[in-house]
Order: sequence, then structure tokens, then C-alpha cells
Amino acid sequence: MREITYDQAAGEAIRETFRSNPRTVYVGTDPVLDMQKEFGEDRVRVTPIAENSFVGAAIGLAGSGYRTVVNLRMATFGFVAMDQMINHAAKITYMFGGQARFPVLIRMTVGAGFFGAAEHSISPYAMFMNAPGLKLLLPSTPYDVKGLLKTALAENNPVISFEPFLLGKAKGEVPEEDYSVPFGHAAVRRKGSDLTVVALGRMVPEALAAADDLAKGGVSAEVIDPRTLVPLDTAAILRSVRKTGRLVVVDEACQTCGAAAEILARVASDKATFGKLKSAPARVCGLDVPIPFSPPMEKFAVPDKSKILKAAKGVLR
Amino acid sequence: MELDKKTQAGLYETMLTIRRFEEHVAREVFDGHIVGFAHSYIGQEAVAAGVCRHLTVKDKIVSNHRGHGHCIAKGADVNRMMAEIYGKKDGCCKGKGGSMHIADFGVGMLGADGIVGAGLPISTGAALAAKLEGKKNVAVVFFGDGACNEGEFHESLNLAGIWKLPLLFVCENNGYGVNTPASYAMAAGDITRIPEAYHIANATVEGNDVEAVYEAAGAAIERLRRGEGPCFLECKTYRWHTHFLSKDIEDLRPKGEIAAWKERCPVATYADKLLRRGTLAPARLQSLQAKVQKKIDDAFAFAAASPYPKPEDALADVYSA
Ligand SMILES: Cc1ncc(C[n+]2csc(CCOP(=O)(O)OP(=O)(O)O)c2C)c(N)n1
Ligand SMILES: [Mg+2]
Repeated sequence: MREITYDQAAGEAIRETFRSNPRTVYVGTDPVLDMQKEFGEDRVRVTPIAENSFVGAAIGLAGSGYRTVVNLRMATFGFVAMDQMINHAAKITYMFGGQARFPVLIRMTVGAGFFGAAEHSISPYAMFMNAPGLKLLLPSTPYDVKGLLKTALAENNPVISFEPFLLGKAKGEVPEEDYSVPFGHAAVRRKGSDLTVVALGRMVPEALAAADDLAKGGVSAEVIDPRTLVPLDTAAILRSVRKTGRLVVVDEACQTCGAAAEILARVASDKATFGKLKSAPARVCGLDVPIPFSPPMEKFAVPDKSKILKAAKGVLR
Repeated sequence: MELDKKTQAGLYETMLTIRRFEEHVAREVFDGHIVGFAHSYIGQEAVAAGVCRHLTVKDKIVSNHRGHGHCIAKGADVNRMMAEIYGKKDGCCKGKGGSMHIADFGVGMLGADGIVGAGLPISTGAALAAKLEGKKNVAVVFFGDGACNEGEFHESLNLAGIWKLPLLFVCENNGYGVNTPASYAMAAGDITRIPEAYHIANATVEGNDVEAVYEAAGAAIERLRRGEGPCFLECKTYRWHTHFLSKDIEDLRPKGEIAAWKERCPVATYADKLLRRGTLAPARLQSLQAKVQKKIDDAFAFAAASPYPKPEDALADVYSA
């Protein structure tokens, strides 16, 4: 099968949708020349640097019958649009009693590991998990980002796609033919029997690398990638943990009140699964600090394969 | 009226220091020795130099992502700046901030902010503090044309206007926000129509002419010190490099436009002027240039000698004591 990058795959999902649906509009601060050429500057619009306003415009467009794609670039710039995303996108369907649909897709990159320092390095999806009304994607492969965006672009609700910055150039197999990936279906990236590792976003490849190392030591780790955080495929996680009895959750975001905390809570509060646990589950997350610039400190602050291995050994002991 | 010789030489020295500093940074980014996002100030030196010449350490400045020049002009320690850009322990932010987040509170440089427009509200607070203290100190905020389209910009102008804050808004209009032309992105056309609407005194100057910037900023800052409310200065200028230093990002600006602006180099044209006027004899100019180069070489040596922070230092300074 052909291999393309994560960013190319995401772009394909959007372009294919724009081809089949003329009532689609794209907004973002950077000119996307190839899309402007193909679809015209009416539909592919360059905005001033005014995130809160262009996210608001996207919500208004969506409520007025235009499926809208917003590129916020980095999550850090997305914070400028928090009012529109949290106060409006998340609540507007509910608050107005379901009178209108708001098909908005908002994309932003997340993560650390590129020396972007505190402001530009952040993985804030858990904040959005706390705002019911949004569907949240965290694709980790080119195949998934295209497939999930395809689903998002057929969805009638606001969707936010959190795309790990460092995965943008990662290559992977993506079929030429049309396909989509449904929301709420975790992927079992590797089957195993001794330990379940639930890994999010950029931590999926790190967890797979750790699982390879564990296998060399005779430990069989199952690696699960939830792919979407809302809806979250709790059943797949519980199923795996009941089988292995051991759990490590890996997330690049800060630990406190993060997605990993939610996953542990769902496991711990499910009686049938809790009873099957052979050891206390562990989290491997970003430290609760803003991300520092200097490389040695940044490396210390974010999870990686070696930290996953250490946690796995603790859980296996 | 011609400026006194000391001021002229000082303006030149500040611009040249910024230029040499930024040349070093660019080289090191392209050679892979400096990591992360570094936004070069090359081409815009006259703005920081001309404005900051009027400020004392008691006056405050707030800067943006393209902040190295503002820091140097405000008198930040170039050794510690350089160490910060390399992520070293002796950097002014102990390696926590890097190129985009240099701060030196000791000289009234309240920090560079990487979020477009975010420095503006913060500067209103610095200006309010100066007003409350009543000692005729002022605040200056530097921002780009792109920032003028953020809500925070408009809110800050309004706030500064109604509270009559001693705040100088310095818009460095380099014509673009990344690749988006200001002429497309701004409905007002002329930027100064915006402060005009908020009843804020304003002027536009040729931002590559350091003396023009110096004179306009001087008049504005005098107003601030007299308590007559905020001022707005648009400086028309241009950045020479890509948006941040990188071989991998596109520059969609017309090649001829870039070349034309390089002809109007603020540093070289001023050196010529000083020679022509006889402000500096050629030998004096050369010794000044050598002095500046040594300062940058020393800053690099300082940065190179400084160790990296310990990994666990990541845990320090989340809260102050
Ligand atoms: C809120 C926000 N949106 C987007 C960005 C990404 N970004 C960084 S600098 C920049 C352009 C800023 O243009 P301008 O204000 O004119 O400053 P210049 O870079 O030209 O000096 C953009 C879009 C950001 N840092 N913050
Ligand atoms: Mg600009």
C-alpha cells in the first residue's frame, strides 16, 4: 500500500470532502494555496490572526448550513478561542434545545518534544473532555487521522481533532480508496496477555517500542490506542484489563485531572474489572509543569519509552 | 536639528549590537546548534533602538515573539540572553524560556510573549502600575501588524484610552503576519485609523530610519510622562528572514520586495550617514564595530561555558516562594 504522511492524510480527508460537498468552508490564518486553487478563495478563506472570532464565525457558518473546517494550528493559539469553543461550540446544540446542527471541525496540534517552550508545547484535550458537547479525536497514525477526519466531516456536531505536532511528518500506509474510522472504537495496536498499555497520541509509537523491549524480556504487553477521547471506548479498555490484570496508561499531557486519570477511574470503578487487577495501575504522564525550553529539562518533563518501561516493570512486580 | 553625537553613536551601536547578535543566532540555528523557534529581528533594528533610547530602567517594556532586539535595546544582559537561547543554566530564564520568552525584569524588560497580541493587555497593567506610582515612568509595548487583528489589541487600546495610561503602543508594521499581508488582513487600511478611533494620539514613521523613530518616540514618551494619556506609533519596516529561522518554512513574499527592503538596511544606511556627517571618523566606526563584535563573541563564549540545567530543574519555579 502507498505510504503518505500524517499531515498529507489529514489534508486528503478535507479535500475529498470539499470535492463531494460544495457547502463546505475552510478557515485558518495561513494561506493553503493548493486548496485555494482547487476550491476558490470563497470557500478556502485566509483569516486575520483573530482566533476567537474565526472560530465563532465557523460556528455561525455551521449553524447556517455550511460544514466548516477550522485550522487553529497549535493548541496554544486555540486558547485564544476558548470562549467560542467552550461557551459556544460545546453548548450551543444543547442550550438551544437541538434546534440546529453545528458541523464544525476544529483542528489543532498538541504535544511537546520540539523545543517549543511552555506556551507552544501543551496537550490540553482533558480540558475539553470536561466540556460536554464536543467530540474529541486524538489520531496517532496517518490511516487514523484520515479516517477519523472523514467521520468528523460527516458528523453533525462540533469535533476537535488534536494532532500531535511531532507526528505530522510521520509516514504510514493509507489506502487510495475511500474509508473512514468510526468514533469510539479503540485500536488494539498489539495483542498481549501480561499487561495492558493504554497509550494516547504520540505515546502510541513510544508504547509500541516499549512493548517490543518487554517482549524481549518475555513479557507480552497489549497496546491499546483509544483514538477518540470523546466518545471513549471504555469497553475495549476494560476487556483488555480483565484479561491481563495489569494496566499502565501513557499520556504526554500533565498528569493531574488528565485523560489518563479518567481512564484509571473508569477501570477502578468497574467492579468486574477492579476485581481482576493483579497490581495497582500506573500512569506515565507529563510532569505537572509548564514545558521548559532547555532540552535536558524538556526530556525530563515528558514521557518516553524508558519511562513506560520503568512503569511497566513496577506494575509487573 | 541634528542629534548630538553621543546619541547618534549610541543609536548606531544598539542597532549594530542587535544585528550582530541576530546574525550569530541565525547562523547557529541553521547549523543546528540552537533549537526551537527563533524569530529574527534583522531588518527591524531601528525600531527597538530608536524607542528604547528614551527609556530608563524604571520604564517597562513588553515584547513579543520577535523580541531579541527589544531586549538588547532595553539593556538586557546579552550574555544571559545568549545563554537563554542556547537553553543554558545561566540564561536569564534559567533555560526555561528560550528564544521566544526572554525576560530581564532587572532592566524593566517584562518578557517576550509568544502568543500574538497577548503582551498588549499585560502592558496596560505595567502602565497602570507606573501611573499609580506617580513617578512619571512609562510602559512601552511592541507588537506586529498581525497582532492588531486580535481582540486583545482593541481591548487594550480602549482600556489605555479610558484610563489615560502612560503607555506607548509601538506597532512594528513589517507588512506581514507570517505570509498573510497586512493589506489583506486589516480592514482599517492605515493602522493608525484604529488608535484614532479610540482617541489615542498617533503617528506613523519610517521604521528603518532610526532618527525618525527616535524623534517620534521621544515626543510620544514626553507626552506620556506629562500624564497626557497613551500614544501609538506605527513604524513601517520589514523582516529579512523567514517568519522564524528555518529552511523548512515557506516565504511567500515577493523576492523583489525582500531585496528592495534589504537595500534600505537600517544599520548600513545609518553608518553611511554618520560617516558622511562626520559624526564618526572611519577609524572610530571600525573600532565601534570591533567592540560590538567582541561583545557578541563574549556572549557566545559565556553561553558556551555555561552548563545545561539539570533535568530535575524542570520542577523548579512552577510557583514562587
Ligand atoms: C494567538 C496566536 N495565534 C497565532 C500564532 C502564530 N504566530 C506566531 S507569530 C505570527 C504572526 C504575527 O505577525 P505580526 O504580529 O505581524 O508579527 P511579525 O511576526 O510580523 O513580527 C503568528 C500567526 C501565535 N503565536 N499566537
Ligand atoms: Mg508583521
